[in-house]
Amino acid sequence: MRRAFLIAVPYLWLLALFLVPFVIVLKISLSDAAIARPPYMPQFDWAEGIWAFLRELDFENFIFLTEDDLYWKAYLSSVRIAVVSTLLTLIVGYPIAYAMGRAPEEWRPTLMMLVILPFWTSFLIRVYAWMGILSNEGVLNQFLLWTGIISAPLTILNTPTAVYIGIVYTYLPFMILPIYAALDRLDGSLIEAAEDLGCSRVQAFWLVTIPLSRPGIIAGCFLVMIPVIGEFVIPSLLGGSGTLMIGKVLWEEFFSNRDWPVASAVAVVLLLILVIPIVLFQRNQQKQAEAEQ
Amino acid sequence: MNRLSWFNAVSLTLGFAFLYIPMIILIVYSFNESKLVTVWAGFSTKWYGELIRNEAFLNAAWVTLKVAVFSSTLATILGTMAAYVLVRGGRFLGRTLFSGMIYAPLVMPEVITGLALLLLFIGIGLDRGVLTIVLAHTTFSMCYVSVVVSSRLVTFDRSLEEAALDLGCSPAESFRLVTLPIIAPAVISGWLLAFTLSLDDLVIASFTSGPSATTLPIKIFSAVRLGVSPEINALSTIMIAIVTMGVITASLVTKRAMVRQKQEEQAAVRA
Repeated sequence: MRRAFLIAVPYLWLLALFLVPFVIVLKISLSDAAIARPPYMPQFDWAEGIWAFLRELDFENFIFLTEDDLYWKAYLSSVRIAVVSTLLTLIVGYPIAYAMGRAPEEWRPTLMMLVILPFWTSFLIRVYAWMGILSNEGVLNQFLLWTGIISAPLTILNTPTAVYIGIVYTYLPFMILPIYAALDRLDGSLIEAAEDLGCSRVQAFWLVTIPLSRPGIIAGCFLVMIPVIGEFVIPSLLGGSGTLMIGKVLWEEFFSNRDWPVASAVAVVLLLILVIPIVLFQRNQQKQAEAEQ
Repeated sequence: MNRLSWFNAVSLTLGFAFLYIPMIILIVYSFNESKLVTVWAGFSTKWYGELIRNEAFLNAAWVTLKVAVFSSTLATILGTMAAYVLVRGGRFLGRTLFSGMIYAPLVMPEVITGLALLLLFIGIGLDRGVLTIVLAHTTFSMCYVSVVVSSRLVTFDRSLEEAALDLGCSPAESFRLVTLPIIAPAVISGWLLAFTLSLDDLVIASFTSGPSATTLPIKIFSAVRLGVSPEINALSTIMIAIVTMGVITASLVTKRAMVRQKQEEQAAVRA
């Protein structure tokens, strides 16, 4: 009885506020836009039943998405930006996580805290910080002009470069922490053994350290890539009009154009793109949780 | 010493410089006399004065705080229950769906969660305001709480609970007297995580808030869209300072709790 209660409360909460909303998004993506409040025409009436719904099933919002090349360009560019920035975050994050794992034992809690601290600081503020750095009269350009490396200010803000910098910066802790967790558990004697058996230091790194930290790398990459695909704040503050990302398109479709059915259709397609990485991520997490048990 | 540790020292230095220099620049320019954020015109605290007189920001901060307190408390209760069910619940109907719903919000793009919740609230005719933001924040932050708490639950020695039951505790007593004190640090850090997630959230709050309730991130975002402003720098500095103090305090408290726990365990072994 008590167990049933424990299961039921969070379960019902998530069903009502996580699963049901997605069903509603799916339903509205199949309805017509209307100038009304709410601005869509219901296509699905429970009273008429499922058959009436299927008879009148209407994919015009999805067809609209394929006809206007804004949408598929935005999807493609989001995926590309996400993949590239995930790799960049990995390249920047791995050496930091590795060095943390090799640092003296008594430093590690402090280093951990230093990685976590930015993660607790407002995301919006951390993105905003780069606006002042990257703008034409910003700190970076002033510094570069002062050192004489460049003679005219570089345009970085409102370009894809600024978006990449913003993503790597804000998502770095998500990459460092899982990799560090994997490296921290790594038994140092395995590397010594590899070196004793004739591996060079670099070979031991490639053949022992990298494979053993793989669960951390996988978790870190998923934790960065999946949310970045739907990212809104970074492209809208740092990307300017030239950077097309689907999260921004969805936002504008909803708040500026007030076309809810198309916004819902955009969300459904985005979700379909994300289903594969999300399922893979969940498998990886469960496998790790079971391995720990 | 050797080449590797030289390499490690460089990557740590560069890494932490990258993480911290932007925030330091932000803080420095909040004390700039000039309205132009890029020109240094001397030290001044006038932007902090402007901030305190800005009613709109203060109201938004109050709404944000209310939402964060309610949603993080609810999320901690629900998330702890969910973690307990996932780790100790055994098999039940729909367990896979349940654990899926726990992990999916962690990686779900915020625009989708926000849109979906908004459509739900409109569908059931709930007026958008503080309540809807609390419901939305509770839903996604309970998943973070449950991940944090379940990682503590899996590592803890189940025989302690069994001993309590053998010694005559009811299951509720054993949970209150044994399980809860052991998982308490994880529950507290779960609450803190939920609290900060709620304070930070822009996207989901934008979808689920109505004209009656504007949160601080929504306010900051609309100001920042127009460009950099020293007032926002001042506000950011205050927020960074609060978070920094919070994180340092929390880590000192957990450190002390861990030391005490270790001492108690050693005392128990000796006895």
